[in-house]
Amino acid sequence: MAKVTIDGHSIEVPDGTTILQAARMLVDNNPEVDAKVAPPTMCYYSKLKTSGGYCRTCVVKVTKGSEKDPRPMPKPVASCRTTVMDGMEVVNITSPEVLEARKGVVEFLLINHPLDCPICDQAGECHLQDLGYEHGLAKTRYDFSRRTFNQIDIGPYIKLHMTRCIMCFRCIKVADQITNNRYQGMLFRGDASEISTYIEKAVDNDFSGNVIDVCPVGALTDRTFRFKSRVWFTKPMDAHRNCTKCSGKAAVWLKGNDVLRVTARKDQWGEAIDWICNECRFEKKDAKDWVIEKPSHIDRHSVISQNHYENLAQLKLDISKQQKQIAGKK
Amino acid sequence: MGKKLLIHNDNVPGIATLEVYRQNGGYASVEKALKTMTPADVVEEVKKSGLRGRGGAGFPTGMKWSFLAKPEGVERYLVCNADESEPGTFKDRYLMEKIPHALIEGMITSSYALGAKTSYIYIRGEYFYVARIVEKAIDEAYAAGLLGKNILGTNFSHDCYVQVGAGAYICGEETALLESLEGKRGNPRIKPPFPAIAGLYGCPTVVNNVETIAAVCPIVMMGGDEYAKIGIGRSTGTKLISASGHINKPGVYEIELGLPVEEFIYSEEYCGGIINGRKLKAVVAGGSSVPILPAELILKNDKGEARLMSYESLSEGGFATGTMLGSGGFIVYDETTSIVKNLYTFARFYHHESCGQCSPCREGTGWMEKILHRIVEGQGKPSDVDLLWDIQRKIEGNTICPLGDAAAWPVASAIRHFRHEFEEYINHPERIKDVKHYYSVHQLAGA
Repeated sequence: MAKVTIDGHSIEVPDGTTILQAARMLVDNNPEVDAKVAPPTMCYYSKLKTSGGYCRTCVVKVTKGSEKDPRPMPKPVASCRTTVMDGMEVVNITSPEVLEARKGVVEFLLINHPLDCPICDQAGECHLQDLGYEHGLAKTRYDFSRRTFNQIDIGPYIKLHMTRCIMCFRCIKVADQITNNRYQGMLFRGDASEISTYIEKAVDNDFSGNVIDVCPVGALTDRTFRFKSRVWFTKPMDAHRNCTKCSGKAAVWLKGNDVLRVTARKDQWGEAIDWICNECRFEKKDAKDWVIEKPSHIDRHSVISQNHYENLAQLKLDISKQQKQIAGKK
Repeated sequence: MGKKLLIHNDNVPGIATLEVYRQNGGYASVEKALKTMTPADVVEEVKKSGLRGRGGAGFPTGMKWSFLAKPEGVERYLVCNADESEPGTFKDRYLMEKIPHALIEGMITSSYALGAKTSYIYIRGEYFYVARIVEKAIDEAYAAGLLGKNILGTNFSHDCYVQVGAGAYICGEETALLESLEGKRGNPRIKPPFPAIAGLYGCPTVVNNVETIAAVCPIVMMGGDEYAKIGIGRSTGTKLISASGHINKPGVYEIELGLPVEEFIYSEEYCGGIINGRKLKAVVAGGSSVPILPAELILKNDKGEARLMSYESLSEGGFATGTMLGSGGFIVYDETTSIVKNLYTFARFYHHESCGQCSPCREGTGWMEKILHRIVEGQGKPSDVDLLWDIQRKIEGNTICPLGDAAAWPVASAIRHFRHEFEEYINHPERIKDVKHYYSVHQLAGA
């Protein structure tokens, strides 16, 4: 076990845990800890091996290396790929230097992003929107033309819109690890690099649709849902069905009684809880196909939570927690 | 005359062949190491010598070797980094082209010290003709029993292979090099684990520069203590410097570390002074990545002491008034040079070579290039200099590999020491065409 202190909060975690996982454990287990102590992530995905380290939004500063070697680390480190040592002290939101570095990263991620949120299906559940809102500048300092790409259809269900991509490599990891045959990769280099399928339109895998769930932006979207509705006009419901390929546990997004789309259930860090198969995701668009359990949990600060009635007890808990935080700040 | 250990016999006719090389005392270190020393002895000598990596970072080689994990039953590898792509650096090419056996001799001796049965020489793609020279030398060594099974009748067996890269600057970064060597896309790995624990094919690996490996031979021959007497302070031994730019005698020079910079630039033995008797304006002392220094700071440090060609002296004063020895790519600029245009060239290079993995470098290098392009074209805005400064600050230290730093440092130092030149470009775009280089280009076009 290793004891690590993040922004003044201490936690004991097993050896080999990363700083980011430790911060998430800290937030999960202590309701009084500000959720922002866990650094934001764009490329790290706890369910994908070797993910993380690329986007640099999760950088933190290590002010004390360990009990044995208390020297601080000279550069900010990617918390998703740095393992904790016993006695390590980390600063995240309490360090202006870290916030400055993160602000820089957000600016870099946004300079070539088209900012076409008004016509993007991801708007409302986009991690880059959240990140930009939290850490970005109100105005861009980039006054050159942005890079653009043609849209590519990856099979009948998935649309790749590279212009919006922030190169998090999550979809490549899904292709490598969830699906049997690797069919995605990176072409070219530098700011001309792009995600590409080697053989366009020839993707035939039961779990390929999960690339849509892992995409933090609107680069990979569901062709069966594109332009049907803004996400905040639909109601997410936890539902299940008997599926021979996957667990069958999914979230269906309803508008009236119509199932507009099906996604994996997401946890509080925006990560899929169970991978679902393409049949569940793309072909079961009838409410009769599903047994609806309850409204999915949506964070109260999300735009999707508008008019979304879920567990009332949870809502009360959220409100009281927020009030406590406000009282604490005063 | 300084002491020469690496390229002392580069002018002997036929030195590239094994026969002539052996007549001139070649492969003596292999014989000495394999027959009279244990591998630990060799490592100990290298440690004592204080030899530091010649590729740019200057990490002590002996220490690097001692970090190598030695689990039972797992292969260990030695990889020679001959992907010399730093603009301004061409010393490894010279060494491999003229005396390829010096590298192979070092490879055998170093592999013996590390217990590596296999080694690879990863040569930059553009150096295909050098790869042929090295390959020919390896064939000769195999034929003479210096490579292969039971070298010189001892128990030590070793195989050495040449791999040619595809011409990416990033593959000079050691983990990207290993990825490329494995046949994958040359993207730097996220560290830890370091190559000494899990390198090539997941096995413990040491990656060393060509010059570092070649320097092992004289260390074995003369002993570590004797080698440590050459040089100054913690910068021991000799270093190959690739001198280029506005000097009378550009080329590769072997110097004893601790030579005054002034002597290096102006003495007849080395660079021979500035071309056409012009004044010195600035120097990039260690390849394009290191900070550029104006004449007054490269000849003397901020305390007024003469600056020496050594790891410590060049970095005296930190990045505010100092630079780095880097890989020894010594680029000299005379008074007619436009620092802004030079910086634009560097920025274009780093933009082109960024691998695209991590966001600060992928997006930031392109952004800096676009701004600099705007400035050299006379379209710059007054806020651009501060913007450039801010961008480089946000790239530096936030990337996976040192390419981000390498892209940021030249920009930072050019703005730090030559801010007035940027302002001149921005405030008086009409004067830009008066710059001599531009003028001559326009004249040529007219003719």
